[in-house]
Amino acid sequence: MKFLKHLFAVATIAFLAAGPAAAADEKPDVLVKRISNEVIDTVKADKDIQAGNQKKLMDLVDAKILPYVDFEKSTAMAAGRFWRQATPEQQKALQTEFRALLVHTYAGALSQIKNETVEFKPMRASDSDTEVEVRSQVNVARGEPVTLNYRLVKEPAGWKIYDINVLGAWLVETYKGTFASEINKTGIDGLIKKLHDRNVQLASKPMKAAK
Amino acid sequence: MTHSEPRWRRPLFALALAGALSGCASPENANPKDPFEKYNRAVFAFNDAVDRAALKPAATAYKRVLPQFVQTGVNNFFGNLADIWTGANNLLQGKGKDGFSDLGRVALNSTVGVLGLVDVASSAGLRKHSEDFGQTLGAWGVPSGPYLMLPLLGPSTVRDTAALPLDWKADPWAYKEPVNWRNVGIGVRVIDQRAVILDASNLLEEAALDRYEFIRDGFLQRRESRIYDGEKKEDKQDKADQDAAAPAPAEPEKQSDTK
Repeated sequence: MKFLKHLFAVATIAFLAAGPAAAADEKPDVLVKRISNEVIDTVKADKDIQAGNQKKLMDLVDAKILPYVDFEKSTAMAAGRFWRQATPEQQKALQTEFRALLVHTYAGALSQIKNETVEFKPMRASDSDTEVEVRSQVNVARGEPVTLNYRLVKEPAGWKIYDINVLGAWLVETYKGTFASEINKTGIDGLIKKLHDRNVQLASKPMKAAK
Repeated sequence: MTHSEPRWRRPLFALALAGALSGCASPENANPKDPFEKYNRAVFAFNDAVDRAALKPAATAYKRVLPQFVQTGVNNFFGNLADIWTGANNLLQGKGKDGFSDLGRVALNSTVGVLGLVDVASSAGLRKHSEDFGQTLGAWGVPSGPYLMLPLLGPSTVRDTAALPLDWKADPWAYKEPVNWRNVGIGVRVIDQRAVILDASNLLEEAALDRYEFIRDGFLQRRESRIYDGEKKEDKQDKADQDAAAPAPAEPEKQSDTK
């Protein structure tokens, strides 16, 4: 608990000192914690988002989360061995569509935040690591805590998230199977089209109001 | 639906296994973890139909109509009963600390928490776990075997299916008298459990391109991770995590992935 308090303090100081545009050498666990706190605080304070205002929610995701995500890596991992077979255009299209789908899903999850608290676990990594896992759990009102872990990679611009683990399953890992079987059936373009169609369908219907 | 007495479940169960074992070989590029995909997909479609027609509407109504504190009470009550078996399984897996914490939860919640209706233990810092005998078998080293979609019960594996009868035997509510109460309780519990994951399942419906695959791949990962309680054992290709976990030597010797 002492560690957590310490972490809190560090995160707060980092936040105050660096402001929203944090330094590139921000530690990965500090980074995730900062983003997570900012987002949760915003959602809790914003009645519009809680009421299902999709525009505001997307703005929040854009501003607070997307700068810290490496979607190219996520998409490349989900596509697995097919990534190298894809043309640069296909890679780009795939990334765009996958990103839209993930953002929508993540925004949907965010809108459901009520009075959950997030508890971070001590990170086991050394300073020389270039890939780390930051582990946390969301303590919910009912039932057991929800696992929420992040995989980050160190890049010149700082740490970037490329996969998240919800309830014990890695999101990119989970899409991998679907991507593979879809590509086997209809090719890379088929997968892009399927993702695109889903995104269009999702964009056309109002986001479920948080309850 | 899920937790009823073995009497009517056994035939279903036998049916599931018989169906699986009758060798419905799956298409060419089948997932090695899912050799019974064809059968599993059929059961999945059936479960989904039942869910759409009955369970999901019931859970939605339950969530909308009942006051929050009633729902929480119901969830806590059955959660408290489940904690007993969770604790036993933690002890069977040699996780004494967790096991005694679980039993402490039961003691605290059953008394101070008014028969389990209030989860005072969580507030006191004793976090809830969830263990079953399938996880215990996994912790003992029994491999999961192929993925198996059970009628009405949902995703499972061959190992976890084999462990289910013991989980049912260990369910205190299965011995509740009179039988009427027992059945009502079982129904309420099923609806409550569905209600809890309502938001998540709606989200999943949007996120998944192929829900069957998405649920399968997510479930298998989740199951695996639960057996190790999130302490990853499976990460091999990414990086030498163990090195990082150990008080690492200062110099970077990153490329030494021995596996």
